[in-house]
Amino acid sequence: MDNREIILKVEKLNTTFISDRKEIKIVKDVSFQMRRGTTLAVVGESGCGKSVTMNSILRFMGKNAIVNAQNIQYNALCDGKVTEYHLEKIKEANGSQMRALRGPEISMVFQDPMSSLNPVYKVGDQVAEGLLWHNKGMKKAEARQRVLEMFQKLGIPDPKERIDCYPHQFSGGMKQRVVIAIAMICNPKLIICDEPTTALDVTIQAQIMELLKELQVKEGKSIILITHNMGLVAEMADEVCVMYMGRIVEFGSLEDLFDRTSHPYTKALLRSVPVLGLGEGRKLETIPGVTPNPADLGEGCEFADRCQECMERCHKGRIPMFEIAPGHRVRCLKFDSYPEVD
Amino acid sequence: MSTEKKEVIFKIQNLQTWFPITKGFRKRIVGYVKAVDDVSLDIYRGETLGIVGESGCGKSTFGKNMMMLERPTGGQVLFNDGEGGRDITQFNREEMFAFRKKVQMVFQDPYSALNPQKKIYEAFEEPLKTHGIMSREEREKIMQRVLAMVNIQPDYLMRYPHEFSGGQRQRLCIARALEVMPEVLICDEPVSALDVSIQAQVLNLMKEIQKELKLTYLFIAHDLSVVQYMSDRIMVMYLGKIVEVADSRTLYEKPLHPYTRALLSAIPIPDIHGVRKRQILEGEVPSPIHKPAGCAFHNRCPHCMDVCKTTDPKLQHYGEEEQQVACHLYQNGGKGEQ
Repeated sequence: MDNREIILKVEKLNTTFISDRKEIKIVKDVSFQMRRGTTLAVVGESGCGKSVTMNSILRFMGKNAIVNAQNIQYNALCDGKVTEYHLEKIKEANGSQMRALRGPEISMVFQDPMSSLNPVYKVGDQVAEGLLWHNKGMKKAEARQRVLEMFQKLGIPDPKERIDCYPHQFSGGMKQRVVIAIAMICNPKLIICDEPTTALDVTIQAQIMELLKELQVKEGKSIILITHNMGLVAEMADEVCVMYMGRIVEFGSLEDLFDRTSHPYTKALLRSVPVLGLGEGRKLETIPGVTPNPADLGEGCEFADRCQECMERCHKGRIPMFEIAPGHRVRCLKFDSYPEVD
Repeated sequence: MSTEKKEVIFKIQNLQTWFPITKGFRKRIVGYVKAVDDVSLDIYRGETLGIVGESGCGKSTFGKNMMMLERPTGGQVLFNDGEGGRDITQFNREEMFAFRKKVQMVFQDPYSALNPQKKIYEAFEEPLKTHGIMSREEREKIMQRVLAMVNIQPDYLMRYPHEFSGGQRQRLCIARALEVMPEVLICDEPVSALDVSIQAQVLNLMKEIQKELKLTYLFIAHDLSVVQYMSDRIMVMYLGKIVEVADSRTLYEKPLHPYTRALLSAIPIPDIHGVRKRQILEGEVPSPIHKPAGCAFHNRCPHCMDVCKTTDPKLQHYGEEEQQVACHLYQNGGKGEQ
């Protein structure tokens, strides 16, 4: 695949936090690539490093984090011409180079709509801020017009009145639409949604997801969806990346993941979710044990202690990734007859 | 459940909890938030009644009403303690004290339900002391027993809450509620703060404990798939009212109320082959202060008729035995099917 098709390519991303003079590895050797115009879902339990991975790519990490990567390549496509950006080489995390990318190329929708809006500014001004920053010389009236159009597109009722309201006057679902409007206003090509509906009710979640799907179909956006909800993954994703304790344990297409589930963790994760219409008397399967503390992880496979198919050699050394089918990669020694990929 | 004769443990009649909204210096009452509005229902001994609804529908207030943690403003709750029903809203101090020994509650957030300054031992000792178990040996025996029930090692008693993970903390909260040998356990979103892999552990544990101790559960949650897994019967609430009550299987297979149908279809299912017709509700839950006239759901309902805008539908039996629905589509033995 050439750079025209690939929008984002990440190779060997490592993020380490320093706490009490101890180094704690949160993201370990994460590599993936994403095709333009598709949805990549990143799944995992809390603390598995899915948000940190995305924040590291966008260079949002604080001073106590060390981000190391071989390559974080973003390919911008403009009038058929590809421009490569190597995000890991940009020196200043908040310098002009990075800021030029955030907004018009890559943008992010954060988890909690209640706290991602500033309560003392009108929502219209908050949406217009990015637009005015990226288009120096744009008239305020024009920006307002663009915000109105965006509100209309995202299904916010009475945009003319709502544009001058404050965040507290909006409900949770409407606030999330405003947050999506902020992310969308500069027409980004890649949108990273970090648990966009976790704080919302199911009926509102369905509305927001429908909206994201529509944006993708109509405007060809690429979406990275971070979630822990396997149901949302099944409905939204083209490709799925399962993470556990900072590592990608399985990566593949939606069909690979659901029909040919390979990694014991993915299997266990899928079986432990209660599904509607589960037969009476059928017991939910559980994953024994608890998620380990990332500070005292030893050698070998991170999942070994909770894994039902654990072998002796799982506790030793580094577990490589095996490609069991084109595009379907699994980090588990059960598949060591297949070629290693990293 | 269905074969044996059902004994009513709670008989709820026209329960209402309205919170006044006051304005100005004199605290003039300008309106009410009708958190629970005219709810009537029987809860049977030994069953798990699931209560679902979106945020703000009054499900937590309803749960608190059952323990008088939130005093209802009207209606009756008759509690059957073996000698006929007595109205818990009229209980005096002593009666309430005895009643609360029989009904215990598990709260949503295990991180704030345990005092961070106290050891687990102290947190576990308090309810036992309060309920008059004065000998230290006896107290410790009970503590050991409930901890064994939730699979936590007894020597963990001397630890502080921060030393436990979320799932362990929720198990501790359940154990603490079980100490006084309650008959009813009210669980207000017990697993929504937990990760999926841990959630399954806690749900299974709760089912086992119920079987062992023959408990009655009131299981409140917003996640319909979790509720369906846990419950024998499910009650769906919308803006303080019951819109549908049914057997959990019936509710899933033959939902009647348009809101229940929408709620079911809004849940994303981790299955990539099922072809489903999604029905997405327009709009959002209206504020409980300005409830729409007539049926509270009419402004989002895909089957809204003229009568819905003016008259509030009553909860009536329809279809399957034990299935009750509050919707004009099914009133007076109406056709309902579309």
